[in-house]
Amino acid sequence: MYVAVKGGERAIDNAHAWLAEERRGDSSVPELSLAQIKEQMALAVNRVMAEGSLYDPDLAALAIKQARGDLIEAIFLIRAYRTTLPRLGGSEPIATEDMACDRRVSATFKDAPGGQVLGPTFDYTHRLLDFKLAAEGAVAAAPVAPTHEGHTPHIMSFLDKEGLIQPEPPGPDVPDDLTRTPLELPASRALRLQSLTRGDEGFVLGMAYSTQRGYARNHAFVAELRIGVVAVEMEIAELGFAIEIGEITVTECETVNQFQGSKTEPPQFTRGYGLVFGMTERKAISMALVDRALRWKELGEDNLGAPAQDEEFVLYHCDNIQATGFLEHIKLPHYVDFQSELELIRKLRREAQGNMSQEAAQ
Amino acid sequence: MARKAWLSLLAKSPAADVAHHWAALGLVVEHHVLRSPEVGGVMVRGRAGAVGAAFNLGEMTVTRASVKLSDGTIGHGYVQGRSKAHALQSALVDALMQTDASAAVEAGLLAPLREAMRARQSQRAAKAAATKVDFFTMVRGED
Repeated sequence: MYVAVKGGERAIDNAHAWLAEERRGDSSVPELSLAQIKEQMALAVNRVMAEGSLYDPDLAALAIKQARGDLIEAIFLIRAYRTTLPRLGGSEPIATEDMACDRRVSATFKDAPGGQVLGPTFDYTHRLLDFKLAAEGAVAAAPVAPTHEGHTPHIMSFLDKEGLIQPEPPGPDVPDDLTRTPLELPASRALRLQSLTRGDEGFVLGMAYSTQRGYARNHAFVAELRIGVVAVEMEIAELGFAIEIGEITVTECETVNQFQGSKTEPPQFTRGYGLVFGMTERKAISMALVDRALRWKELGEDNLGAPAQDEEFVLYHCDNIQATGFLEHIKLPHYVDFQSELELIRKLRREAQGNMSQEAAQ
Repeated sequence: MARKAWLSLLAKSPAADVAHHWAALGLVVEHHVLRSPEVGGVMVRGRAGAVGAAFNLGEMTVTRASVKLSDGTIGHGYVQGRSKAHALQSALVDALMQTDASAAVEAGLLAPLREAMRARQSQRAAKAAATKVDFFTMVRGED
């Protein structure tokens, strides 16, 4: 029997009205502005842009405010908004070698051309709570130093010139897009990178950590980590040439991993790659490690049965919006499903009890 | 200045700056709007390993508009973000830069935008330079 259930509208409206009030919190405390979120919660804004897969700091700040700081809820809002935008086109691949670097470090070469530039990092802080921040106060201007004009080359390009690193194969100009066609396996590297860059930071971090702990260990060195601004260029049909349509901050991580060789080829290092919107260093490093683990087949490695090597496992579970949608739906009314389960278990128990009393009588 | 350069500068400049300098120019431009401002997404691409096959990194918001001046000159604006005024003003600037008004627009709008962009970039670069590590070798007590 199907019983249509209606009702709850008043309860839902009132719940949402209370949500709005709770979101605002104590009205004697000044309200947060979007500019404050954008400027002072910048890394939260970056995460929402990266996993929401839409670069727009103002919208990400709005989503964070609306979601009361629940970043997965904020990412959900951005993903929903993203689907309403007409696609105006696709950019040229960004030229990260031309990045205006805020930060650029290498764990492999001390004296890399361009140097080790720390940028505004948490590294080398003591991780002690700074109670000065509990009081309002002006911040001293950061020191400046003369800049050296010129290009900061990718460190990997030096290994590339020497043939010490596995070359990256070219691919089609227009890569597969998982926002346009459902993800099918086996996935191209382009699809894997697209899924990982918008994947949940916690999930990708956990997967990367598992490779470090020995599940498909690939012994990664961070050859280079760079964070900064790059221009985005797109071909404009009505102009007949490409222009820069904006600039974005991205984090790029290139790892150099254990080498391999064969009877016909001398040993070469291999590589993993992470590229993420915003200043999102933990995510970019994680992405590079998982990218490398997923490349086992093309690099002729053994399948060790490790979770990070299993593209079905990684790609189908790294999206926090898919995951949370399916997970959270189980709290919504399932009255009819459960009613049928209840009737079934009562029937089974009646039958079992009937059999038991029959056996006892014999 | 080449058309590509001014369009790129307009796209990357903050909407508020473009609006400010546009208002300061005080130009009354007879035109009609060929394409009303439209907010959309552009799929930004990267390359695997920075040099290999292209992949989709995620989208960014972009707004575009096109105008036609009364003399028939067409201007296009493609700007980052969701400001319709920014896209329209950029399209008008693009059109005017192809006319006799180009010197005034260059001096009153593009030059200050370019200067502001250069200042922003060099400020960040100078702060980054101050965080560059100077290594020094510890004297070892072997000799």
